[in-house]
Amino acid sequence: MRPILLQGHERALTQVVFSKEGDLIFSVSKDHIPSAWYAANGERFGAYKGHQGALWTVDVDPTTTLLATGGADNTMRLWEVKTGREIKKWEFNTSIRRCEFSEDGRQLLGVTEKRTGQLSNIFVYDINPDPEAEQTSEESLKIVVEDLPRVTVAGFSALSHYIVTGHDSGSVAQWDAKTGELLNEVFSHEESVMDLQWSADRTYFITASKDKTAKLHDATTLEVLKTYVADTPINSAAITPEPTNYVILGGGQAAMDVTTTSARQGKFEARFYHKIFEDEIGRVRGHFGPLNYVAVSPDGKCYCSGGEDGYVRVHHFDPPYFDFKYEVEREKAREVKDHPERLEDRL
Amino acid sequence: MAPSFEQLDPDMDDYDDDDEVDYSDLREQYEVRMEEGLDTFVVVDGLPKVPPGSKDKLVKFLLRKLVQFGKTKEENVFMPMNDEGDMSEGFAFVEYDTPAQAAAAVKGLHATPLDKKHTIAVNKLTDIERYGREGRIDETYREPDMEEFKEKEHLRYWVGDAEGRDQFVMYRGDNVGVYWNEREDQPDPVRTPAGQLVDRQHWTETFVQWSPKGTYLTSMHAQGVQLWGGESWSRQKRFMHPGVNLVDFSPDERYLTTWSHQAMQVDENNPILSLEEDGKNYIIWDIDTGKPLRSFVTLDPPGPREDAEGQPVKKKLQWPAFKWSADAKYVARLNHGESVSIYELPRMNLLDKQSVKIEGIVDFEWSPAETQRHSIKAYEQLFAYWTPELGSNPAKVGIMSIPTKEVVRTRNLFNVSDAKLHWQSEGAFLCVKVDRHSKSGKSRATNLEIFRVRDKDVPVEVVENIKDTVINFAWEPKGDRFVLITAGAVPEGSAVPPKTAVSFFAPEKAKAPAVGNFKLIRTVDKKNNNAIHWSPNGRFVVVATVLNQQSFDLDFWDFDFEGEREESEKDLTANLQLMRTADHYGVTDIDWDPSGRFVATSASVWKHRMENGYHLYTFSGQTLREEPIEQFKQWAWRPRPERLLSKDEMKNVRKNLREYSRTFEEADSAKRSTADKAVVDARRRMLSEWFAWRDRVTEDLRDERLSLGLEERTEEQKALDVDEEEGSKVVEEIFEEILEESEEVIE
Repeated sequence: MRPILLQGHERALTQVVFSKEGDLIFSVSKDHIPSAWYAANGERFGAYKGHQGALWTVDVDPTTTLLATGGADNTMRLWEVKTGREIKKWEFNTSIRRCEFSEDGRQLLGVTEKRTGQLSNIFVYDINPDPEAEQTSEESLKIVVEDLPRVTVAGFSALSHYIVTGHDSGSVAQWDAKTGELLNEVFSHEESVMDLQWSADRTYFITASKDKTAKLHDATTLEVLKTYVADTPINSAAITPEPTNYVILGGGQAAMDVTTTSARQGKFEARFYHKIFEDEIGRVRGHFGPLNYVAVSPDGKCYCSGGEDGYVRVHHFDPPYFDFKYEVEREKAREVKDHPERLEDRL
Repeated sequence: MAPSFEQLDPDMDDYDDDDEVDYSDLREQYEVRMEEGLDTFVVVDGLPKVPPGSKDKLVKFLLRKLVQFGKTKEENVFMPMNDEGDMSEGFAFVEYDTPAQAAAAVKGLHATPLDKKHTIAVNKLTDIERYGREGRIDETYREPDMEEFKEKEHLRYWVGDAEGRDQFVMYRGDNVGVYWNEREDQPDPVRTPAGQLVDRQHWTETFVQWSPKGTYLTSMHAQGVQLWGGESWSRQKRFMHPGVNLVDFSPDERYLTTWSHQAMQVDENNPILSLEEDGKNYIIWDIDTGKPLRSFVTLDPPGPREDAEGQPVKKKLQWPAFKWSADAKYVARLNHGESVSIYELPRMNLLDKQSVKIEGIVDFEWSPAETQRHSIKAYEQLFAYWTPELGSNPAKVGIMSIPTKEVVRTRNLFNVSDAKLHWQSEGAFLCVKVDRHSKSGKSRATNLEIFRVRDKDVPVEVVENIKDTVINFAWEPKGDRFVLITAGAVPEGSAVPPKTAVSFFAPEKAKAPAVGNFKLIRTVDKKNNNAIHWSPNGRFVVVATVLNQQSFDLDFWDFDFEGEREESEKDLTANLQLMRTADHYGVTDIDWDPSGRFVATSASVWKHRMENGYHLYTFSGQTLREEPIEQFKQWAWRPRPERLLSKDEMKNVRKNLREYSRTFEEADSAKRSTADKAVVDARRRMLSEWFAWRDRVTEDLRDERLSLGLEERTEEQKALDVDEEEGSKVVEEIFEEILEESEEVIE
C-alpha cells in the first residue's frame, strides 16, 4: 500500500510512538510541538503546545489518556491526550533524553542528559491515571548514574521489575526498579546505544546501536539472544508483535555526514530482518535523510518511521507480509496443526 | 598473529630460519679498532714474480693502476725480494695519502686481472693482520657441517585443491585474510594445518602482492618485505630494505626488485646489507638465497626538476623501472634519451660491459614470451623501443634481439607526439599505438602499427587512422584480437570527462596458420568506459568504467558467441556479442580469477569512501555475490603457475568436456544439497530454541502475574482488545482532487 506521509513537523523527527490500541501516532521533533495523528489515514488529531525547546522523547500510557514528552527545555511534561491540556511539568537541570511509561501506566521514568557538572539521572514518578488528579512532583526513585557512561535510553521491564538502560559506551545495564540498585551490566555494543524497544510482553527488548548492529536481549538475564547486522549506523529498532517474527531497523549515515555523501550512499531505508533467523528480508526506501526512529503498531498492522528529513512515513502492511514464512516455519505450523498433542507435551 | 618485522633484529634467533648463526665472528670483525696509522697501507698480492731488472717496470705498471684511486708514488710502493734476491716475492706494500684512498683502492682494484695469468688481490694491511694473524686461520681443513635436510612445505599446495577452487587475498581494515572462492557463498577462510585462520591483523603495513605464479604472498613493512607461503602460511623469506615502497618479481619468481623513494642508509654493522647498498634506492635480490645481487640509485625522470615558479615538479615514477625479459635471464633499465642498460642474471653484470646506446630512446618493452621468429634458431630475447623525432630524423620504432644487440626491425614514423608499446602475451604481435599530430599541431590522430613478429621479415600492418585519442588498448591474451577505447576532445572548461567509444578488432579469416588483416568489428560509442580487462584465457572481456562518480557500468563481451552472426562480420574470426551489463557503484578495481571463470570487482577505500566492498561475477556477468565491507582496501586473486598439461592433453580435455563437467556438476550439487541441509537444520534448531524459550518465559510471566493477583494480561495488551470487541471496520474514503483545469475555445 502507498505510504502515508505525515507532514507537519518542521524539523527532524526524534521519536514516534503508537498508542497501545494502534490507532494514533504521537510524534516529537526538534521543532517544539508534539503531534498526534490518525494511523489509518494520516490526518492530524492534534498538537500539544507548551515546550520551548527541541523535543527528544514521547510516550503514551496504556489507556491513551496521558502523554509524556521531554526535551531540551529541561522539562518533562504530562498532557491529556484528548484535550491537549498540560497536566504537569517537571523541571530538571538538563534536558530529558527519554521518557517511558511502565506497562501498567502507573510509573513514568525520565532520563536526564549528562553535561558538565551534571550526571545523567533516572527519575521515576508515580502517575495517577486520572487526568483530573493532581500529579506528584516528588520522584519515587532517583538513580544517579555515576559509575557508568552517559545513559542514552531506558525502559521498564515486565511487571516493572527492572529498569534497563542503554549507554553511550554501548553497554546495557539492569537496575532494580524498586531500590535503584545496579544489578547487571553487559557490553553488547561497541558504540552508543541509540534506542531500546520492548517486545509486547516486555520480557525481551531490542537495542539499536551506532556500531551498525541491533541486538535482542533477554530482559532478565541481559543475554544477547539475536544479532542483526547492518551496514550503516542504526538509530532505532522495533520488534513486530507476534505472530509475525520480524524486527525493523532504521538508521543511515549520521546526519552530520550526510552532506558529504550521496543519497544513494546514505542507506536511508527501513530494514526488515527475521527475528529468529537474523536474515535481512527486505528494505523500504523513501526517506531522504537518516531514519531517527521506527515504531510498529501494537496490532502489527502498520509501522511508521520518523526521519531526519522531517517526515513521518506510515506504511500499512500488505498481505504478503503476513503470509511470508520460511519453509521450516511452515513445517512447524503443519506439525502443530496435525499433532496438537505434541505442542501440549512441550508445554 | 603475523610476526612483525621487529624480528628482523639480527639478535633474534630465528633470523633466516637458521637458529645456529653464531655472530661472534661478525662481532670480532666489526669490533672497534683503534689502529695506528696503518690504514693507509694496502697489500697487493698475486703479482708476477720478476727478477730485479724488471722490478721497476712492474712497479711503474702497477702504479698506473694504483693512482686511479688515490695519491701514491713510486717510493711508496715496496716490493720485497726473496732471500736470494733474484726474484720478487709476488706481492707489494703500497702507502696512500689517506685511509679513504686506500679503501677506495681495495674496493676498486681487488680481483683485477693484470693479464691472463695474473689477477691481483688488494687488501688493507690491517685486514691481513687481522685475518691472517697466526691462529686465526686453522691450518687443517675441516669439512663444513652439512645442515640436515629438512623437508620444506609444498609452496604450491593450493593448486591441488580437490574442487579446483582459487584462492584470493582480501585486505580490509587492519586485517589481511586469505580465502577460497566459494562462488555465491561466503568465501571460505583458508586454514593452516593447525586449524588457524589465515586472517592476520597488521600482516602488512601498506599493501599485499602475490608473486607472478602465486607461490608467495608479499607483505610490506617499513623495514623491508616478507614473503609468505606454504600450507602453514609461514614466512618463507625476508628482505631487509628500510623504507621500501614497491616490489616487483621476475616472471620466474627467482628474483625480486625492491624500491624505496628515499636512499638507503646502511651502516657498517648491518648483517645483510653492505656498504655497497648505502645511498641506493633499488635492490635486486636472489629470492632463494635471500641475498642482494646488486643495488641501484633512482634515475631522475626526464624533464625539469622545478617548474617556472621554482616548485619541485612531481614526476611520475616509471614502474617497474627494471624490466625483466621473459626468461628472467636479463633485466634492463632505461636511461632516458640515451640507452638501455641490460644486466645478465644471476651475476647482474652489465651485458658486454656497456649500455646499449639508442639515441633519444623514450621507452622500451621486453617481449613477454620467447618469440620464435621466422627461420631464427638461435636463442634470443626481443625488446621493442621507440625514439622520437630528433632534428630531421624521423621517429623510430625498433625491435632488438638480445644478446646479439642486433636491431631486427625498425620503422620510421612521422609527426609523432607519443607512442606506446603493446606486446601480445605470446610475443606474436607488437602493437605500437602512435599518437600523431598534424603539421600545424592542431588535430590529433592515432595510428596502430602492428608488427607481426613471427612472420618473415616482421611485416608491419597499419590500422586506419583513428581520429580520437586512444586512451586504452589491450590485446586478447594468447589471441590475436584487441579492444581499444577512444575519447573525444574535452570541451574547454568542462568538468565532465568526454564520452568514450569502444572499438573491437579481429583479424580477417585466413588460411591457417596465417593471420589475416586486422579489421574493426564494431564500435560502441557514447560510453564512459575507460578500462579493458580480458579474461586470462582470452575470448571474454570486461569493458568497464572505473573511478568515475557518475557511471560505473561493466560490460561483459564474448568474442566467440555461439549463435547467429551478423552478415557484415562474416569474414572475421570473431562473433562479438554483449552478454550482460552489470554495475557496481564506485568500482575502482577489476580482477579476473586465474582460471577465467570469475571476475571480482572492488571499491577500495584507498580511492574513495563510498560503498567499499566487492562484487563477484561469473565470466558472463552474472552476479554471484555482493558484499559491502568497511574499510575494504584490496582484493587479489592468487595467480596460478603455468599448466603442466601438454597441448594434446588439453585438447583431449576440451574434447571430453561433457564428461569432465558432469563430474564437477555432480560434486557441486552434492555440496549444495549438504549446504542447504545444514542451513535448514540450523534454522529448525533456531526456531525450536526460540519457541522453547518463548514458551518458558511466557509461562513464567503468567504464573508470576497470577501469583501477584494480577490479571493474566497487562494493561498494554488489553488495550488491543477494545478494537476486537467493537470489531474493526474498514472505512473507505474517497478523495477527489482537481489537478488542473483548462479552458479551450473550439472554433
